[in-house]
Amino acid sequence: MPAIVVEQLERAFDEVFAVRGVDLEVDEGEIYGFLGPNGAGKTTTVRMLTTLLLPTGGRATVAGHDVVREARAVRASIGVALQEAALDPLMTGRELIRLQATLQGLPGAEGKRRADDLLERVDLVAAADRRVGTYSGGMQRRLDLAAALVHEPRVLFLDEPTTGLDPVSRKTIWEEVRKLNDEGTTVFLTTQYLEEADRLADNVGIIDEGTIVAAGTPEALKAQIGNPHIQLQLAEGSIAKAEEACGQLGRLLPPRDARTLLVEVENGAADIPKVVRALDEAGIAIESLELVKPTLDDVFVAKTGHHLEKKVPTTSSAPANA
Amino acid sequence: MDRHLLPRSEVVGLDVGLMSTLRTNARVVRALGARSIRQTFRRPQLMAPILVFPTLLLAIQTGGAGGAVNLPGFPPVHSFLQFMLAGAMMQSLMLAGNSGGIALAVDIEMGFTDRLFAAPIPRYTIVLGRLAGTAALGLFASLWFLAIGLVFGATIESGVPGALIAIVLVTSTAMAVGGIGAAIALRTGSASVVQGLFPLVLVVLFLSSAFFPNELMIQPAKAIAEYNPLSFVVEGVRGPIVSGVDAAELLEAVLAILGIVALGLALSVRALRHRLRVG
Repeated sequence: MPAIVVEQLERAFDEVFAVRGVDLEVDEGEIYGFLGPNGAGKTTTVRMLTTLLLPTGGRATVAGHDVVREARAVRASIGVALQEAALDPLMTGRELIRLQATLQGLPGAEGKRRADDLLERVDLVAAADRRVGTYSGGMQRRLDLAAALVHEPRVLFLDEPTTGLDPVSRKTIWEEVRKLNDEGTTVFLTTQYLEEADRLADNVGIIDEGTIVAAGTPEALKAQIGNPHIQLQLAEGSIAKAEEACGQLGRLLPPRDARTLLVEVENGAADIPKVVRALDEAGIAIESLELVKPTLDDVFVAKTGHHLEKKVPTTSSAPANA
Repeated sequence: MDRHLLPRSEVVGLDVGLMSTLRTNARVVRALGARSIRQTFRRPQLMAPILVFPTLLLAIQTGGAGGAVNLPGFPPVHSFLQFMLAGAMMQSLMLAGNSGGIALAVDIEMGFTDRLFAAPIPRYTIVLGRLAGTAALGLFASLWFLAIGLVFGATIESGVPGALIAIVLVTSTAMAVGGIGAAIALRTGSASVVQGLFPLVLVVLFLSSAFFPNELMIQPAKAIAEYNPLSFVVEGVRGPIVSGVDAAELLEAVLAILGIVALGLALSVRALRHRLRVG
């Protein structure tokens, strides 16, 4: 039985659709990566699935319960750590987890035991009686995660759990998410980081402008893209001329910035000399060159016509599904 | 159904009877109330209006306008301090209600209420928890001002029973006024908007019999004060301190408090629904 089922889910704010006709299914025990840029509809979807926001259309079930009609049963089954760690800076870490235990209906002694265990698990024992306002960003995220786990939820929602964290803290969160999943927890993780989705998720849903544009395992999605591309760093102002020179050698992908040319090639490394020669003949200096295998960003580009981590409108190629 | 997908209550076989539910909800309200009190004591800007300002105003007014008791028509009291205690308590509880609203709005702004809304608890416990904290502050304020009065020579004419009546009235009024503060916080979600009501709180207080007897006011303030629900509460609190318990006065105070509770509840329910609708 799937842990999460979403059918044609919609949310409009006045006339504007933040989420439009989203369908997805998450099996029990998997990590589902919900990938998309800022404003794509990730958080709105999570807020509907966690009963914080009523949908204006469609339906969704979490842990077998309808998010509208059986909201309380949904809440009893889920753990939630939202985008900005929703912590009271005046509380101590221990107070917060004890409060969360009470909110989840755990008896006092069990709540105390769970708080002690979780503080140890997320390595916050030494800081447990300090006010949360004195914690670093990474510590706050770990505390937020611990609070979400206090009642051992079957489904855990993590909304951009590593946004703004340094690489070390990010890795710690990733390890903890992986560990939780190994213990059987289903994880619904939103992220705008490709690497995060690629490393953690069993299945990925890519959302843009409120609509799912691609879904599947990261490997399957990248396999759909097929060919690698050559990434060339060029002198400022030479992109247009370079696009003209390389246009016949492969498919031009939307430029990431004003100095980077991306050429999708069929034969991988074997096509590099052709591209270099073409640019040389056009009198364009190459500052650096790299052969890049397909990434989830390429999937995103293919489906939407712009990059995930930094939106740049396409000028030289149309989206595959446009 | 797969055991892993059942709600926790079903998995561990918790008693879901009415008493058990009420006990669990009472624990939630107590925990949220305790947090609310801790929050106030740890945030000096919330605590200052509740105790410091009313105490200073009491000292200034008692020191500077003590001769008012000799004005013709001033109700019979032993001292101006004795008369002013009810006003100071009212000011304190009104500001406690306002501070409670500010704290709730801050919770909304920083997303803490999402943590509460995502928990399997009835939504009313969230508001009740906040109000329990405000009521506790009202209790603290009533004890504080009664103690100040006693230390500086005021007497409580109806003794311990009168003091208890004053404490109960002040505590329940704090909760009632807190309901209105909570409703405004839930509706606006903005701490600065709730904070902006601070001057209005003082206007409402000054247009009641909190600081000056109704009999000596001039129109139109006199007419407004006569019908201001707070005046009924003030007289209910003041009566046992300056003279004795008057059943009619007490009944009017209780009805006024119930009226404020009803208004606060109605506004809170409406505001809560709005917040859940707009997310």
